[in-house]
Amino acid sequence: MNPDNVKIKVENLKKDFGHLKVLQGVSTGIYEGEVVVVIGPSGSGKSTFLRCLNQLEEVTEGRIIIDGQDITDPKTDINKLRERVGMVFQHFNLFNNMNVLRNLMLAPVDLKQCGKEEAKARALTMLERVGLQDKINAFPHQLSGGQKQRVAIARSLCMKSDIILFDEPTSALDPEMVGEVLDVMKELAREGMTMVVVTHEMGFAREVANRVLFMSDGSILEEGTPEEVFGNPQNPRTRDFLNKVL
Amino acid sequence: MIDIFNKYGTILMTAMGQTLLLALYGLFFACIIGLIVGIMSVLKNKFCRGFALVFVNLIRGVPMIVLAYFIFFGIPFLCNSIMKIGGVTLTALQAGTICLALNCGAYMAEIIRAGIQSVDIGQMEAARSLGLPYWRAMQRVILPQAIRTMIPSIINQFIITLKDTSILSVIGFPELVNTAKNVVAATFLSFQTWGIVAVMYLIVILLLQWAAKVLERRLKYESR
Ligand SMILES: Nc1ncnc2c1ncn2[C@@H]1O[C@H](COP(=O)(O)OP(=O)(O)O)[C@@H](O)[C@H]1O
Ligand SMILES: [Mg+2]
Repeated sequence: MNPDNVKIKVENLKKDFGHLKVLQGVSTGIYEGEVVVVIGPSGSGKSTFLRCLNQLEEVTEGRIIIDGQDITDPKTDINKLRERVGMVFQHFNLFNNMNVLRNLMLAPVDLKQCGKEEAKARALTMLERVGLQDKINAFPHQLSGGQKQRVAIARSLCMKSDIILFDEPTSALDPEMVGEVLDVMKELAREGMTMVVVTHEMGFAREVANRVLFMSDGSILEEGTPEEVFGNPQNPRTRDFLNKVL
Repeated sequence: MIDIFNKYGTILMTAMGQTLLLALYGLFFACIIGLIVGIMSVLKNKFCRGFALVFVNLIRGVPMIVLAYFIFFGIPFLCNSIMKIGGVTLTALQAGTICLALNCGAYMAEIIRAGIQSVDIGQMEAARSLGLPYWRAMQRVILPQAIRTMIPSIINQFIITLKDTSILSVIGFPELVNTAKNVVAATFLSFQTWGIVAVMYLIVILLLQWAAKVLERRLKYESR
């Protein structure tokens, strides 16, 4: 983690869906290479927060600054931004009409990041990193959940993104497959990827997170190192939540 | 029956050719209209969605025979007599093609809308989150998946449209039904003539269905 470089700065972020106020003024900064784990009860706005960070949701109010660029500014090229901010979804969302290799090559080639040869080389490297180089020709429906999620991670690595957002990446997996996905994520964290991870895997948070954010009702109620948040939670709502999930 | 076929077979076959030609023209433009209107109906833009909704409901709410009369007689009348543009005429083939394209296009738009909406929203989100622009994502990820689910309904619509060409006998297009009417008028052998016509339609449609099955199976095989 590089504390001299704030990678993502979130200022008073608010998001409404009609009358529903989902995010009610979230502010935080995320350093380059930092792993931030977001926890909190279901419906508290964790996914919405993450989706604002790559503009899958338009923000209602507030600013998000990534590498000094205000991404909520309508003049920002959102597609360019998204090339650098990857996202891994709960339900993998691999493209069902393509095999693994084409899933990985589609965006780099289509967005002219590189030629086909280079994209293929990248794809093979990334698949090797997630331990699936033998699956290049498989279609998504031929993979297990854990394998799908590892391919999804490789797909965002192929974009050379320097930030990856994870929205409950292991929640849809059978228990025996959670480990293989978390291992890949731990490896990424070690290599210095900036990661924002929404998860219920408290073990992962304890082991890997530099910082834990506890969200409830659209606000960050508590944040700190895993030791602080898990060991000595200050807010009664945090204590209550942790009692339920630990 | 054999006699009739020997004597009028060529005429009826030619008429079947005209039927197929009309259906082909109609379907070609219907596909274009269907794709455009179908995609318009899933866009965020309110104007596009509104236009698609009005178009589809307008066409679906009017019997095709009325649409045919309206286009063939109404439009030239509007241009020549009301707007005084003069010299505007439509051939039966042109009017028939427009009529089929509009009618079938509206139903195709609905099929395409439903097909696009049947693709999990996560597919679009994943594509966008990689930086693909909306249209690129549509083209590379959403439509290929949507088309696969749409194939049976599209073939079904093709068959309906092929049969609907018979309605265009009312504007004098020399397709199969119109021609058969003339044969009956000349021979009075209505049982035999209409029997032959029915079998001719049946054969073409069975062939079409068979082709659809093959296509469907091949698409399934490619994706699985
Ligand atoms: N597209 C949407 N339209 C309307 N309401 C939404 C939408 N997305 C999320 N919400 C609502 O926002 C709240 C927070 O949702 P979410 O961010 O998914 O929470 P979490 O991920 O913490 O479970 C929920 O009440 C949810 O119903
Ligand atoms: Mg969520």
